Amino acid sequence: MSTRPLPAADASAGAVDLFSKFDPLIRIREDLLATGVKDPFGLVMEKVLSPTRALCNGRETILLGTYNYMGMTFDDDVIAAGKQALDEFGSGTTGSRVLNGTYIGHKAVEEALKDFYAMDHAMVFSTGYQANLGIISTIAGKGDYIVLDIDSHASIYDGCKMGDAEIVPFRHNDIGALEKRLARIPEGAGKLVVLEGVYSMLGDIAPLKEMVAICKAAGAMVLVDEAHSMGFIGENGRGVAEAQGVIDDVDFIIGTFSKSVGTVGGFCVSNHPKFEILRLVCRPYVFTASLPPSVVATAATSIRKLMHGHNKRAHLWENSKRLHAGLKALGFTLGTEEPQSAIIAVIMPDLEKGAAMWEALLSEGLYVNLARPPATPANMTLLRCSLCAEHSDAEVGEILQMFENAGKAVGVI
Amino acid sequence: MTDRDETFDKVARLIAPFNKKGVALTETTTFAGDLEWDSLVVMDFVANVEDEFDILITMSQQAEIETVGQLVDAVETLRTGG
Repeated sequence: MSTRPLPAADASAGAVDLFSKFDPLIRIREDLLATGVKDPFGLVMEKVLSPTRALCNGRETILLGTYNYMGMTFDDDVIAAGKQALDEFGSGTTGSRVLNGTYIGHKAVEEALKDFYAMDHAMVFSTGYQANLGIISTIAGKGDYIVLDIDSHASIYDGCKMGDAEIVPFRHNDIGALEKRLARIPEGAGKLVVLEGVYSMLGDIAPLKEMVAICKAAGAMVLVDEAHSMGFIGENGRGVAEAQGVIDDVDFIIGTFSKSVGTVGGFCVSNHPKFEILRLVCRPYVFTASLPPSVVATAATSIRKLMHGHNKRAHLWENSKRLHAGLKALGFTLGTEEPQSAIIAVIMPDLEKGAAMWEALLSEGLYVNLARPPATPANMTLLRCSLCAEHSDAEVGEILQMFENAGKAVGVI
Repeated sequence: MTDRDETFDKVARLIAPFNKKGVALTETTTFAGDLEWDSLVVMDFVANVEDEFDILITMSQQAEIETVGQLVDAVETLRTGG
């Protein structure tokens, strides 16, 4: 249903300022900054010291909101591969993948992905956002139906909006709601179900085992976005679908290089026999420049190292469990009862308190993400923490101390 | 009572839990303006309407619906497979 207010009837004034639609947001922002808090969306990192530390406002800060789950951004082999590619292939491709923008490095990173996921096909996009945009808008066309979890990422919604399919959302993680909607789709229509392994706002995982079975029974294809699970969930780090034993029934996995892999880029892997045709028909793949050679070189190196990251994975889980238990013991309200991923969401009572807490943590020397509506479910304000395998035990201890200090200063605990 | 009246009553019953200010419902009551619903309330409500009538209301269909009367019409059409 439309929630947009009707436009003002008075057209006599002539020129309409196209920016008037942003006035409510401008006002919220001004009101927030008027309370004296720093702009939580204007942080600049002056120097990055490691995957877990940076200089912010001249102060050494622990990073707890970067999605740099496996800490690959400063890995020696990854850096060396990037430097070598810069020297040998230059700073950029200046071209589309289907024209002059496919170098040997782009094929190499696609090979690395095929090996990592044990799948037949891999297609690399310039960002994770474009991977969802491109795949979803291209494979579901006019007359087809896309059924998606209502808490899906913006890139999934935008992919739906860009295509011509009918879009049907269902209540978050509700198996029955998915099943009912699939059953109501007219006979003969193509069906695509879009799910995520880990939902990034609260850090909760999807019941993929049940959902994928329902999709297959209904004759639907399944796409799972595993952006927040690659590298550490599942025996081989292939994600929640692997951990729940249904990866063979998933038709498309979407992922990103900008989290565990530690650079930028997006991809889709699949066993569909006709998959390669997408390279010619997928507009967000065709009509943009390909990733720079240094980026695909760092990604390929990182992906191959992640295949052997069992010890790091185990340490990341320990970190996640310890932070979750520690924050709970301090009296914070968390997004999930138990830790389900490397994201731990601390629920704030409102935006003002959330922004004050964010600033108090920063002055303690800790960076977390402040997430606010409309990106969050149920209009929540969240302090989103994402852990890294490179956070030491001592650092997790420091982080908990900082939360205690800031929480007491702001009056949240 | 016609089928449409019956649908209107059922829709009104589904609106009630979200009608915090007790706005009197007519054909022309708007969801955004009169009921002051945000997108989250709309999502919950639409799911309830879908389940009550065993229909799908796609996002593009939702975007066209501004008033209670328009919703009742849409439900009537969808129920009969139109």
